[in-house]
Amino acid sequence: MVIRGLVKNFGDTRVLNGVDLDIGAGEFITVLGPSGCGKTTLMRIIAGLERQDAGSVEIDGRPVDALRPNERDIAMVFQSYALYPHLTVFDNIALPLRMRRLSWRQRLPGMRRIDRSAQAIERGIAAKVREVAGLLQIEPLLARKPAQLSGGQKQRVAVGRAMVREPRVFLMDEPLSNLDAELRVHMRAEIAQLHRRIGVTFIYVTHDQAEAMTMSDRVVVMMGGRPLQFAPPGDVYADPEDLQVARFVGSPRINTLPGTVHAGGSIEVGGLAVPFDTGLAPGAQVTVSLRPADTKIALQTPDTAGADRAGRELAATIVHRENLGSDLFLHCRVEGIDATLVAREDPGKVGLLPVGAEIRIGLPVEHLLAFDASGRRVRPGGRMTSLAQPAAA
Amino acid sequence: MTGRGLGPTAGALRHVVLMAGAVIMLSPFVWMVLSSFKPQSEILTAELTFLPQRWAAIENYATVWTRVPMGRFLLNGAIVTASIFALQVLVNLPCAYALAKLRFRGRRALFAVVLLGLLIPIHATAIPIYILFHHAGILNTYAALILPFAISVFGIFMLRQFFMTVPDDLIDAARIDGVSEIGIVWRVMLPTAMPAVTAFGIFSVVAHWNDYFWPLIAIGTRELYTPPLGVAFFRLNDGGTEYGVLMAAATIVIMPLVAAFLLAQRRFIEGVTFTGLKG
Amino acid sequence: MTPLVKPAQDLHHAYRRRDLREALAALALAGPASALIFVFLIAPLVCIALLSLTDYQLGAKALRFVGLHNYSEMFADRVFRRSLENTLIYVSVVVPLSVGLGLGAALLIEAGESLRAFYRTVYFLPVMATLIAMAIVWEFALHPKLGLVNLALKSVGIAGPDWLHDRHIVLYTLAGIGVWQSVGFNMVLFMAGLQAIPRDLYEAAAVDGVSNAWDRFRTVTWPMLGPVSLFVIVITAIRSFQVFDTVQVMTKGGPNRASEVLLYTMYSEGFEFFRTGYAAAVTMVFLAFVLALAALKTWFLDRRVHYA
Repeated sequence: MVIRGLVKNFGDTRVLNGVDLDIGAGEFITVLGPSGCGKTTLMRIIAGLERQDAGSVEIDGRPVDALRPNERDIAMVFQSYALYPHLTVFDNIALPLRMRRLSWRQRLPGMRRIDRSAQAIERGIAAKVREVAGLLQIEPLLARKPAQLSGGQKQRVAVGRAMVREPRVFLMDEPLSNLDAELRVHMRAEIAQLHRRIGVTFIYVTHDQAEAMTMSDRVVVMMGGRPLQFAPPGDVYADPEDLQVARFVGSPRINTLPGTVHAGGSIEVGGLAVPFDTGLAPGAQVTVSLRPADTKIALQTPDTAGADRAGRELAATIVHRENLGSDLFLHCRVEGIDATLVAREDPGKVGLLPVGAEIRIGLPVEHLLAFDASGRRVRPGGRMTSLAQPAAA
Repeated sequence: MTGRGLGPTAGALRHVVLMAGAVIMLSPFVWMVLSSFKPQSEILTAELTFLPQRWAAIENYATVWTRVPMGRFLLNGAIVTASIFALQVLVNLPCAYALAKLRFRGRRALFAVVLLGLLIPIHATAIPIYILFHHAGILNTYAALILPFAISVFGIFMLRQFFMTVPDDLIDAARIDGVSEIGIVWRVMLPTAMPAVTAFGIFSVVAHWNDYFWPLIAIGTRELYTPPLGVAFFRLNDGGTEYGVLMAAATIVIMPLVAAFLLAQRRFIEGVTFTGLKG
Repeated sequence: MTPLVKPAQDLHHAYRRRDLREALAALALAGPASALIFVFLIAPLVCIALLSLTDYQLGAKALRFVGLHNYSEMFADRVFRRSLENTLIYVSVVVPLSVGLGLGAALLIEAGESLRAFYRTVYFLPVMATLIAMAIVWEFALHPKLGLVNLALKSVGIAGPDWLHDRHIVLYTLAGIGVWQSVGFNMVLFMAGLQAIPRDLYEAAAVDGVSNAWDRFRTVTWPMLGPVSLFVIVITAIRSFQVFDTVQVMTKGGPNRASEVLLYTMYSEGFEFFRTGYAAAVTMVFLAFVLALAALKTWFLDRRVHYA
């Protein structure tokens, strides 16, 4: 699937501002972003439910802009599941097949009892519905109405209705957001398995980074109507192209500190000169950031207070502790600049690090990410990366 | 309304007042039915009696049936009310869906006209419609009784309000599944809207079974009389002073709706109140 | 292989077929209703306004524009003035009684558990029953010698009047039947209003020291029912403006025009004397009243407050 220059306005607000994506066949793509970033609109345009103001969508090399939703060979799972309340599970799953395989005359009430060829088609449909139901383990539910199903069961039926037509592209709009936490984790695994088994392209919209990180081959992070980065989940976390991406992905949120570029390849952060050659003009404002997992702290003791280390570490005070059992998060107020850093520590050290303790925080250059004033990533060596290049797929 | 029970005195008083009211509400019905059992001679004695001394029920009802085609009137009533309701669903439900869920040019204007139409009673448009039907040569036909009510701005309004509450996702799912817009109306919206359609149906049937004004204007031949016209005609021509027979005729006309009402009270009350907004 | 950004012209072209389909779908769905609205609502309204300015007579080949002549004739006509006056009297009798009794019945029925369904059914029965048939029953029940009402009065020693042929009483008799017929409807509307009042409010009032039934009614029920009541009043007024069936079948506007009402005047002028232009002018007056009331209703609805 190829998406080029997609623009969409609702009245005066631009919700999509030039979206370009190249998606390989069979890929599992997650569109991740906060609510209002345009991800659902993007999906609805791909589905043909909404029309773009500019740009195009191609599936298998064929532009689909002129096609209605049902002609695009896509299937969609809605956040609310959108099951037909008056039809049984069987009829819900069978409906897309009936719409395709039966003529309108054969679909008239009662015709299926008279028309022989319709009966044959109907038998084929029933077999297909049972096959899909077997795959999703919802066979015992086929005679029920949606109102009699639990959230997880409805979700499976919605997936079944999408699967049964064997679409080229599978669209899912926050399909897990109405489920409870435990079921969500379980369904995450199931959807990933489903994708491996049927092997068609999945486009999955979510605001939940855990879903994006765990299921997808590649993640599109969208903000303000544009994709900021399109990369494998690991890269989005470890190698963000944009400060907004860095901030959106990862929990707890990435630490950021204001810095100023100095001549001679260093950045001044809170009085420290960090050796980091940005290639920017001296005096330029940058943001330096560091994942909590990479933020290492040390207690300020008389022997660590030595002058040799003071030049490379920030002085700080622990202001708040969160002990999650597996992790210990320490919120530290940095002296001299108005910033709070979060550091992840081993919970075993909890006794050593009381609130109020004075500590030192190192800034390991190999883990530091720097972003220029516009939020773009700057890498050491002065290379400035350009916006999300579609990776070869 | 009070959130707690009444005391014994207040409770008894409540029943006294409500029973008195109930007697007034019911007495015309009781009077009608009992009189329909009495022979003319007993009625003319001008004495307040409860049950007849000589039962004349069979002869009174038989007289109605032989003197006027009562069966025909009831059949006409059934044909007219059923056709009106069927046409109303056919015409107004798709329009309500379009107003609620589609974007098209003239949608706002159409809805404004619907809102205006809510204010206009049939009495105001009767004369021009009569003239139109006169020139079209369809006065004195079923069509004359049915067509003016095929459109119900109230039905459009009510169903539109209902459709507004149906989630868009359901319609989008149907579009992706390959259901056409017309298919969506009948395969998805109609089944979803069954409660609203039922309520509207009850309102429509009650209103048109009981309607007297328009049939009186549009119909001149006895063969096409609806039950209200039939009973009025009967009073005027055949049984004006034969009170037992006249009451039997009234009972026959009232019976179908009252029986249906007693069988499904809650639905009827809901249907009529739900739609009471029309005024 | 593919151009980076398709030109907008291309997109426009791509959408043409879909546009057409969607326009056709909207037309197929909303078209029939729109056409019927035009034929049976808009056009007749325009016609009735225009007809009221002509001397058209039903069946006549030609018509003449007479300006406001019908209106001046109408307002000079004793029969019409009587008709308008009677209608206003009828409305002003029916509305307070029907609304008041409907509210009373709703409050009393909802106040207790026992026989609730029975009372509701009985009070609602007249709403369902074919009015024209019930008018015939009432006519018989109000017969001066043989009727239920006067027989019942006689049994307690009162000589009842001739309800339908005494010109001082007839209009009130008809209003009484109108009240009988509409109380149940208003009652049910009030019941819906009562059920919409949150129970917490009564509990809060009890905590605040509101103890007797009257105080509860004044502090909670009535303020909460206010908007419903206004609504019910207007609806009842509109409905009673449309009084016709009982008059046509029981009194024909008599005796001596004592029960002549607007719709009956319009009906007899238009369909018995075929003075269509004049009947159209009467219709316009009727419509003016109904529209004014309906406008009032809309205004109330817009201002509806309190948990509406």
